[in-house]
Amino acid sequence: MTTLAHPAAPGPLGHAWTRIWRARRLVERNIMVYRHQWIIILSGVFEPIFYLIGIGLGLGGIIQEVALADGRMVAYAAFVAPALLATAAMNGAVFETIFNVFFKLNYAKTYEGVLATPMGITEIALGEMMWALMRAALYAVAMFVIMLATGLILSPWGLLMVPAALLVAASFAAAGLAGTSFLRTVNDFDVPMGLIVMPMFLFSGTFFPIEIYPEPVQWFMQATPLFHAISLIRGLSTGLVGLGQLWDFLYLAAFFAICMSIAMRQMERRLIK
Amino acid sequence: MTVVSASGRVWQRNWLVYRRLWHRSLAFGFLQPVLFLTAMGIGIGALLTPASLAAFGGVDYIDWLGPGLLAAMAMQTATFESTYPIMNKIMWGRNYEAMLSTPVGIRSILIGELAWSAFRIGSLASVFLVVLAIFGIVRTPLAILAIPFATLVGVAFSACLIAFTATQKNDVGFSAIFRFVINPLFLFSGTFFPLTQLPEGLRFVAWATPLFHGVELIRGSILDQLNPLTVPLHLAYLLVMLGIGAWFAERTLTRRMAG
Repeated sequence: MTTLAHPAAPGPLGHAWTRIWRARRLVERNIMVYRHQWIIILSGVFEPIFYLIGIGLGLGGIIQEVALADGRMVAYAAFVAPALLATAAMNGAVFETIFNVFFKLNYAKTYEGVLATPMGITEIALGEMMWALMRAALYAVAMFVIMLATGLILSPWGLLMVPAALLVAASFAAAGLAGTSFLRTVNDFDVPMGLIVMPMFLFSGTFFPIEIYPEPVQWFMQATPLFHAISLIRGLSTGLVGLGQLWDFLYLAAFFAICMSIAMRQMERRLIK
Repeated sequence: MTVVSASGRVWQRNWLVYRRLWHRSLAFGFLQPVLFLTAMGIGIGALLTPASLAAFGGVDYIDWLGPGLLAAMAMQTATFESTYPIMNKIMWGRNYEAMLSTPVGIRSILIGELAWSAFRIGSLASVFLVVLAIFGIVRTPLAILAIPFATLVGVAFSACLIAFTATQKNDVGFSAIFRFVINPLFLFSGTFFPLTQLPEGLRFVAWATPLFHGVELIRGSILDQLNPLTVPLHLAYLLVMLGIGAWFAERTLTRRMAG
């Protein structure tokens, strides 16, 4: 009796790896599209650097020192720089998953083409996630190098800033993927950008400690993911690492998991009719 | 149809599109300064000691920042309005092609678009001024001048950016303009901190940039610090910028629509 040689069925881990490996095709596709538009990605590297020079040094010359959560005084630039690293990671992830994914979903219909291949919804979400992480990693590493060169990293914990920034980017990429699927027209961008991203940028302790606001307002600010992103990364760069940072980490991980599951469900609803 | 009445039609076209969006636009126009002033104005203001306020000419940080943000808003809105929407009318939606097949000419299109930009910036500046008044930043009735000043800043930027947009084959260049021109101007034109904080070499560069002149005019009018000697200089700078921008815009747009 002859039997066909069946390869051993892959376990769940093997499945996950197959999907990640397949999702790389979407990353390759994005790299090819961006080949002639690299300035869009590269120019983003300079945004936090301009802010660091403008706000960190320009205002820093007047403000001089700021108190950290443990009461230590640090130079204003050393206070702002890690927050700018966190926001750069957020922006890299959010721009990619909001604007570009919206365009592919609604105008270019890229994913309908993708779905005609062995790739499924999971691979699309994973691929866009990996690509957004690559873009965010570029910004985070650039800012890390600048901080290292200018002496704004105050603790060896600072080495963990880049991996932490990847967690931040993954959370916001998942949130972006989840949010984009609810937008209908380009005018709707006002809502995520004007009502969520911009206010978070202003009120999450980027430029000043939030303790100056009344306590109920502080609770509201502490509920935002960017607050935890900044608290985590600033904690690492200044050596203020404790239970607070563990909590930031757990918050971001949970935020990632929730947003990712919403994103997957929404993508499925939008793409599989 | 004269150039003026034809440009009125171009303006009217924009109005018909905007009519469905104006409440949202003005709502965000109100919200944005409220958020910026509550965050940066109060937050950074709290980090400043009374002694360090001398750097801001002795006024509270929020009072100093608010008018600067108004000038920056005029620049940013004008820039945004003169890049993607103009590109859309040139090549994605081809609206200009349709307009040019009527008695509307390039010059009318340009004047119509600049008048539209003036209207948009003027209305947003009025909302902004109301916010500044609510925050108690406005010191004199002369502050009403901030509206025409902001409009001039906006139109001057619009003219230059329409000239640039007409030369572009896709929207990739806009990112470069936003990141390398508009963002640095936003940060280094005396909006957030006085130029005296910059090293001397950079200070002269900052003085030469357009937003600085807008900031000076607008801050002067709102805080009642207008200097009659420098006002004509700032105005002249922005008017020359508008003139040069419009001159180039007419040329680049003519070439683009012919090609």
